[in-house]
Amino acid sequence: MKPRVLTGEHFMNGDVACAEGAIAAGCKFFGGYPITPATEVAEHISVRLPHVGGTYIQMEDEIAAMTSILGGAWTGVKSMTATSGPGFSLMMETVGLAVVTETPCVVVNVQRAGPSTGLPTQGAQADMMQVRWGSHGDYEIIAIAPASPQEMFDLTITAFNLSETYRTPVFIMSDEIVGHMSEKVVIPEESRIRTVSRPKPSGRRDRFRLYKPGANGVAPMPAIGDGYNVHVTGLTHDEKGYPVMSVDTQKEMMDRLLGKIRNNLDDIIMTEGYRLEDAEIVIVSYGVSSRTSYTTVDEARKMGIRAGLLRLITVWPFPEEKIRRLAGQVKGFVTVEINMGQISREVQRCAGGQVPTYSVGHPGGAIIPPDDVIQVLREGF
Amino acid sequence: MTKNPDKSATCQPHPLEDLVRMDRIPHIWCSGCGIGSVFTSCLTGIRQTGIPYNQFAMVSGIGCSGRGAGYINIDSFHTTHGRAIPFATGIKTARPDLNVVVFSGDGDLFAIGGNHFIHAARRNMDITVICVNNLTYGMTGGQVAATTPHGAKSSTTVAGNPETPFNLPLLAYASGATYIARWTMLHARDLADTVEEALNHRGFSFIEALSPCPINFGRRNKETALDTLKKYHEKTIIKNGANPAELDIDYSRGVILGKFVDIDKPTHDEMYRKMYWPQETTE
Repeated sequence: MKPRVLTGEHFMNGDVACAEGAIAAGCKFFGGYPITPATEVAEHISVRLPHVGGTYIQMEDEIAAMTSILGGAWTGVKSMTATSGPGFSLMMETVGLAVVTETPCVVVNVQRAGPSTGLPTQGAQADMMQVRWGSHGDYEIIAIAPASPQEMFDLTITAFNLSETYRTPVFIMSDEIVGHMSEKVVIPEESRIRTVSRPKPSGRRDRFRLYKPGANGVAPMPAIGDGYNVHVTGLTHDEKGYPVMSVDTQKEMMDRLLGKIRNNLDDIIMTEGYRLEDAEIVIVSYGVSSRTSYTTVDEARKMGIRAGLLRLITVWPFPEEKIRRLAGQVKGFVTVEINMGQISREVQRCAGGQVPTYSVGHPGGAIIPPDDVIQVLREGF
Repeated sequence: MTKNPDKSATCQPHPLEDLVRMDRIPHIWCSGCGIGSVFTSCLTGIRQTGIPYNQFAMVSGIGCSGRGAGYINIDSFHTTHGRAIPFATGIKTARPDLNVVVFSGDGDLFAIGGNHFIHAARRNMDITVICVNNLTYGMTGGQVAATTPHGAKSSTTVAGNPETPFNLPLLAYASGATYIARWTMLHARDLADTVEEALNHRGFSFIEALSPCPINFGRRNKETALDTLKKYHEKTIIKNGANPAELDIDYSRGVILGKFVDIDKPTHDEMYRKMYWPQETTE
C-alpha cells in the first residue's frame, strides 16, 4: 500500500488535487464516467484508489455513475463521482434520490460552457442554478466553489466532511480553468487533516428509526450488513423509512430535509472578505472569477473607488444574511461570474432593492477581465 | 365427512414471516397478479442458501415489481426508474462480500434500464437479477413494454404492438451473463431452487420469471389470470440448456423454460482484485 495522504509540496492541476483531496478525506469508492474537463479527476483517482484499498469503476453513463455512488455510500464507504455539464444534467434525477434518502456523497462538477455540448474545453460557471434546482421537488443542497488547485484539495475534504455531517450530497462546483490550472498544492500531514465520518446508530435494532434526527437534525446512518434491516426508498417516507403517501408525512420529511441545512447555516456557509471594512461597493464573486476580482478591487482602489470583495466559498446555501447586512451599509453590489447572471439574481434578491445591483457576466469560454468590472464600478455608481 | 379444523389450535406463523416486513402487509399487488408468487420464490431461495440475512441486500427500481424491496425484511433499496442495477453495482463494488439481489420488472430493467443490464452482464458483476416479466408497464396502467409481444394490445398500442419484443435470455447471453434461467410464477418450486442456485453462482445471474398482469395486460388481450396460468401449464416446455436464440415468447410454438446457461468465469470483483491486488489473490 502506498501512503494515503501524499504529504508535501506538489505542482498539480485542480482535477488531480481534487482526487487527492478525496483520498485524503477517506473516499474509498468512485463511480466514474469520463467527460471533459473533469476526466482527470477520474483518471487520477482510478490510479490512486487501489493503492489505498478503494475501488474505481467506470460505469456505462453518468446516470449509472451517480447511482453507483449511492449504492457505495450505503455500504458505509465514502463515495464520489465527477462530471461536467452534460453529465451533470443526466445525474439530476439521482441527485434527488440522494437528497431524499439522505445519502452522503460528493459530486464534482468541473463546469464548461453550455448549453448542450457547448465548449467542452473551456470554462464557465453556468451550472450554478442547475445545482440548486436541477432535480425535481423542493430541496436544499450544499455547493462549494474552489478557486485554486489548493482549494480543490482542501475543499474536497470539506465537502466530504459536510456530506457526512448532514447526510446529503455535496457539490464541488469547479470549472475548467481551475480544473486544468496547475499550481503549488501543499498537502499537510495526515494527522493534521480533519476528517468526519457519519455517526453510526447504537441501541436496540428493533426500535431503530432510519430517519430519526439527532441533535443537529441529522439521523445516524447504518451500513448494509449492520443488521438494522433498513428500507430506503425515493418515495415519501416516514422516520422508519417506510413509504407513506400523505401530506403529513411529506411535510414532516420536507421539514427534516430542509431544516437540517437551514438550521445549520452558520456551520455550513463559508465566505471570505477582502477590503470589505470600508468598502462602498461590494463585488460578489466565487470560484475562478474571484481571482480576477481580487485584482479588480486593488485596481479600483488605485482609482479612488472604495471597492471590496465578498468571495463565496459556499455558494449554496446562499449567504443571504451576509448580503442583507451589507446592503444596509454599501452603495451597491456587482456580481462577477462566468454566466449571464445566475448568482447575480440571488444578490439582487437579498439586497431587496435597498441598493443597485449589477451583473458582470460572461457567456463562457474565458475568464472575465478586470477592466470589464472596473467599467461598471465607474459608471454604475 | 371432513372434520372442521381445530378452532383452538394456535395460529402458525407463515414460514417466511421473518423475511417479510409484516408491518407493510397487505401489499399493493392486484389479485391475479403473479409478482407475489415470484417474490415468495425469491424469499424461499434466499432462505435455502442458509446465508445470514444481513449479508444480503435487495435493490429494486420502479414499478409493481419494484415494490418488492419494500416488503423484504433485509437491507433493501427502492431506487429510481431503471437504475436498480447500477445501484447494486455500487454496493457490490464497494463491498464485494455482500450478496446483492436485484428484483424488478421488465419495463424497469429492459427499457429505461437496458443499458445498465447489458453492462453489468458484460462485467460479470456478481449480482442476481430477477426480472418479473408481465409483458407490460403495469403500474402506469398497461402501456407497451420492450417485452410486449408483437401484435398485443396495450394502452399505447390499441391496434396492436407494431414492435418486436426482446428475447431476454438471448440478450443476457449475448451480453455476457454467466447464469441464465427462465420459469413462470406457476413453477414456484423450480423458481425458488433456481434463485438459490443463482445466489450461489459466482457472477452475473439472470432469472426471467413470467408472471400474469390480468388487470392491465390481460384485460386488453382477452386473457384472464386463469387463462394465463393455463398457458403457463400447458404451453411451456422445460428444456435445460436450450439455445438462447430459441427462447422467444411464442405460445403457439411453446415457451421454453429451464436453466440455459451456467458458466464458470471470473467475476468483476475477482478480476479487479487480481489486477490491482495480486499479492492478495496469489496463494
